[in-house]
Amino acid sequence: MRVVRSPVAHGRLVSIDASAALALPGVHAVWTFADVAHIPPIPFRLTGLKALEPYRQFALAKDFVRYVGEPVAVVFAANPYAAEDAADLVELDIAPLDSIIHAVDEPGVFGEGLSTEPDIVRKGYGDVDAAFAAAHATVTLELSVGRHTGVPLETRGAIARYDEARDVLEMHGAAKVPWWNRDTIARLLGRERQSLQFYERHVGGGFGIRGEIYPEDVLVCAAALHFRTPIKWIEDRREHLIAANHSRQQTHRIRAAIDDAGRILAIDNEFFHDNGAYMRTHAATVPDLAAAMLPGPYRVPAYRAVGHIRLTNKTPCGTYRAPGRYESTFVRERLLDAIAAKVGVDGVEIRRRNLLPTSAMPYALNLDTLGTHIVYDSGNYALLLDKMLERADWPTLQAELKVRRAQGELVGCGVAMFVEKSGLGPFDTVRVSVKPDGKVEVVTGVASIGQGVETAMAQIAADELGVDYTGIAVIHGQTDRIDQGAGAFASRVTVMCGEATRLAAAGLRGKILQVAAELMQCSADALEIVNGDIRPVAGGRGPSMTLVELASVRSDELSVEDTFESRHMVYPYGVHVAAVRVDPETAGVTIERYAIGYDVGKAVNPKMVEAQIAGGFAQGLGGALLEEFIYDEAGEPLSVTFADYLMPTSREVPEFSVLVTEDAPSPLNPMGLKGAGEGGTNPVGAAIAAAIDDALGRPGAVTELPVTPQRLRAILATKPS
Amino acid sequence: MTDKTTITLTINGRKHTIAVEPRRTLVDAIREDCGQTGTHIGCEHGVCGACTVIVNGEPVRSCLMFAVQADGKEIRTIEGLANGEVLHPMQQAFMDNHGLQCGFCTPGFLMLAVGVLEREPDISDDDLLDVLSSNLCRCTGYQNIIKSVRQAAVEMRK
Repeated sequence: MRVVRSPVAHGRLVSIDASAALALPGVHAVWTFADVAHIPPIPFRLTGLKALEPYRQFALAKDFVRYVGEPVAVVFAANPYAAEDAADLVELDIAPLDSIIHAVDEPGVFGEGLSTEPDIVRKGYGDVDAAFAAAHATVTLELSVGRHTGVPLETRGAIARYDEARDVLEMHGAAKVPWWNRDTIARLLGRERQSLQFYERHVGGGFGIRGEIYPEDVLVCAAALHFRTPIKWIEDRREHLIAANHSRQQTHRIRAAIDDAGRILAIDNEFFHDNGAYMRTHAATVPDLAAAMLPGPYRVPAYRAVGHIRLTNKTPCGTYRAPGRYESTFVRERLLDAIAAKVGVDGVEIRRRNLLPTSAMPYALNLDTLGTHIVYDSGNYALLLDKMLERADWPTLQAELKVRRAQGELVGCGVAMFVEKSGLGPFDTVRVSVKPDGKVEVVTGVASIGQGVETAMAQIAADELGVDYTGIAVIHGQTDRIDQGAGAFASRVTVMCGEATRLAAAGLRGKILQVAAELMQCSADALEIVNGDIRPVAGGRGPSMTLVELASVRSDELSVEDTFESRHMVYPYGVHVAAVRVDPETAGVTIERYAIGYDVGKAVNPKMVEAQIAGGFAQGLGGALLEEFIYDEAGEPLSVTFADYLMPTSREVPEFSVLVTEDAPSPLNPMGLKGAGEGGTNPVGAAIAAAIDDALGRPGAVTELPVTPQRLRAILATKPS
Repeated sequence: MTDKTTITLTINGRKHTIAVEPRRTLVDAIREDCGQTGTHIGCEHGVCGACTVIVNGEPVRSCLMFAVQADGKEIRTIEGLANGEVLHPMQQAFMDNHGLQCGFCTPGFLMLAVGVLEREPDISDDDLLDVLSSNLCRCTGYQNIIKSVRQAAVEMRK
C-alpha cells in the first residue's frame, strides 16, 4: 500500500485520475474517498471537546485538501516499488486556495462554515484582575516554541491480515494504545471488537506520536478486510515528516503581577496553539495540559489561562514527550527569569522566594486536566534545588563564568525547575501465571515502545514472587491475551501497570503457597519462596519443593489477575542546570555543562530511569537548538528530510550528569512510584534559554525556540535595550 | 526499468543469487530478497545510518547503494556479528552499558563502530565521536552508545 499525498497545502479536490496508475503491471487498485466514504472520521481519544468534532480527519481527503502530506488516494500493488511508481502516476486536480499559516492571526474561515478557532481552553482560579490592580509591578512577555516532534527512528508501518476461517482481522504493528485502537477501528469498520486483534511487535521508538490512530491505520485494516489479502504499509521518511503528528507550536502572551520582593501574586496567560489542519486523536490535550501545568512548582495565588486552539494548513498535531509542559515550562521559567531581572535578584533566589514548600503538600492546584484534579501528591522542591546547585558547584561555576565573561567570552548558566505529571489512570489489569514448565508469565495491558517495560515488570513480579526476574516473560500489546489495557503514554506504565503487577504477583504468591501447602501437608504460613524454591520459612525443617515441580502438577490453579485503579496522577519534579558558550561569529551554542535532577518517588530500575532522562534530554535539546518544521508562506513544508530537520547527533549532545532522587515517594501507590519518562525533556528549552541570556548578559534575550544560529545572530545584531 | 539482473550477494559468507531491478537498493535486496531483516531502514537518504552494513571492509549506507553495485562483494550485516552464541565484543558492550533502548538504530551503530575499529583500532576518542555522529539515535542521548563503543574498542584491541 502506498499513500498518494496532497502536494498542496490548501485546495479544493476537483478530480482524481488513476487510470495511468491502474495500467501499470502489478497494480491492483486505487482508492479515493468514495471507496472509504462509509468509514466515519477518526474519533478523539483524549480531551475530546464537542466543538472540535467537525475538524476530525477522514481516512482519505474529502472534497478539500488541508495540508501538504494529506492522504488523498491510496494505491495497492504487488510490491512497494510498483506501488510507488503508480502513486506518482495518480493525477490530482486540485484548485489551490489561500493557505492559513499563522495561528496568531485573527480567526478566519477554515472550510465551509468552520472557523480557524474551534474552541478556547479556559482555566483559572482566584481574582487575577484584583491581583494585577494591587501589584507592586507587572512583567509581560511574548514567547514562542517552534514546531517539532518525536521522530522515532523507525517510520510508521502496519500489516493487516484477514483470517476468513475465524472471521478475525489481525493488525500487526500496533503500539502505545493497542486496545483503544482495536476497539475504535472495529467501530469505524462496523465490526465486533473481538473480531479485530492487534499485535505490538518490537517498536522502533514512540515518544507520544507513534501508535495513535492515523488515516493509514484505518486504510490498512479496511483494505485487508475488503480485498481479503494481507496489506502491508510502511511510510518513507519524507512521508513521516509531513504526515505523522507534529507538536509544540505555541505562542504565549504572559504577564505576572508581583510584589516588591518578586513574589508572584497572579499570572495571566493568553496563548495560541497551532494544531495544524485537523484535530486528531489528542483533540485539545496539548493546549489543555499547557494551560493546566503552567503554574509549576511555584505558589501562584491567582491564575488565568486562555488558550486559543487554532487550525492552520500544516500537518496536524498531537502529543510529544512532555506535551504542553515543554511549552509551558519554557514560558513560566522565562517569566521567572524576567521577574528576577525586574527585582534585581538572580534566577535561583527568585525561584526560592516562589517555590511551594513541602508543608503545602499535598497541594491542590484548583485546576483539572485529562479528567483529573491536579493535586501535587508529594514534593520537596527546595531540597532538590539545593542538591542540584551543590552538584553543579553553583557559586564556583558562576564565579568562573564571570571571569571568562570579563575576558570577552560569551558564557553563562541558567536554572529551570518544573513539575511533571505521570501515572494517568484510570486502571491497569495484569495477569500473572505459572506455566506448566514453571516459567512465570506476566500478561499486561500496556505497550513497550523501547522504554524497558519488560524489565521493570519482571523485577516487580520477581520481588513479590521470590523468583529470578530474568526468566519472567512479560507480554504487552497483544489484544488477544488480555481483554482490556490502557497502554503506554503519559509516563503511566511503571506506576499503573507496576502496581497492578505487584498486586497480581502478591495474589499468585499466596496461591502458590496455598497449593504447595496442600501437597506438602503443612501450613501455607510456614512456607516462603526463595529463588524458585518453596520451603519452610527462615531455614526451618520440613518438606520443600520447587516452583517447577509444583507447576508440573497444579499449574492450572496458578494464575491470578488483578487491577489497580487510580483517579489521580502522581507528580514527579525536577531541576535542570545548564552552562553554555555562545560563539559570537557563528552564533552557535555549545553546552559546556548540563546537570539534571529528577525525583521519581521510587526508581524500580535506576539505570533505566537514568536512560529515560538521558534520551529525553537529547530530545529536549533538539527542540531548544535545532529541530523545527519550517513552512513557507504558501504552506509548503521545507523540513522534509534529515538534512533539513536536524536532530542532535553524538556531537551535539554533551556529556551530562543525572541525579535521580527518591525524596518524595508518592502516597498514592504502595511502592511510592512516579513516572520517569518526561523529566529529561520538559525544561531543556527553558534552562538553555536562561543560560544563553546569561552568556549575552541580556535578560530576556531569548524569546523563541529553537535558538538556531540564525535567530541568535539576529539577537546579537540588535542593540541591548 | 523493471528488467531484472541476476547478481550474487555474499552476506556473512553465504551466497545469495537473486534477480533485481537495477534501481533496487542494497538494503531492500538484503532485507526482502535475502531475508536478512536485521539491517534497518530509517531514512532512505543516507543520513540516519540505521542501514549501515560493511561492504568489502568498509561501513556503507546500504540505502544509498544499489544492489547491483554490491554484486560479488563481501557484505557483513548484524546477523553475522556474533560467533554462534558468543556475542561480538561490540554487542556485549552495548548490553553491558545499556547502549540501546528501542534498538532500531542499534544494528547500524554496531556495524559502523565495528567497521571503523577494525580498520582503525587506535582511533582517538575525538575521532571516534566524529564517526559516531554520522548515525542517529532517538532514544539514548548517545552517552551510553559512546561508552559502549569505547569499552568495545579496548576489548577489540586485545
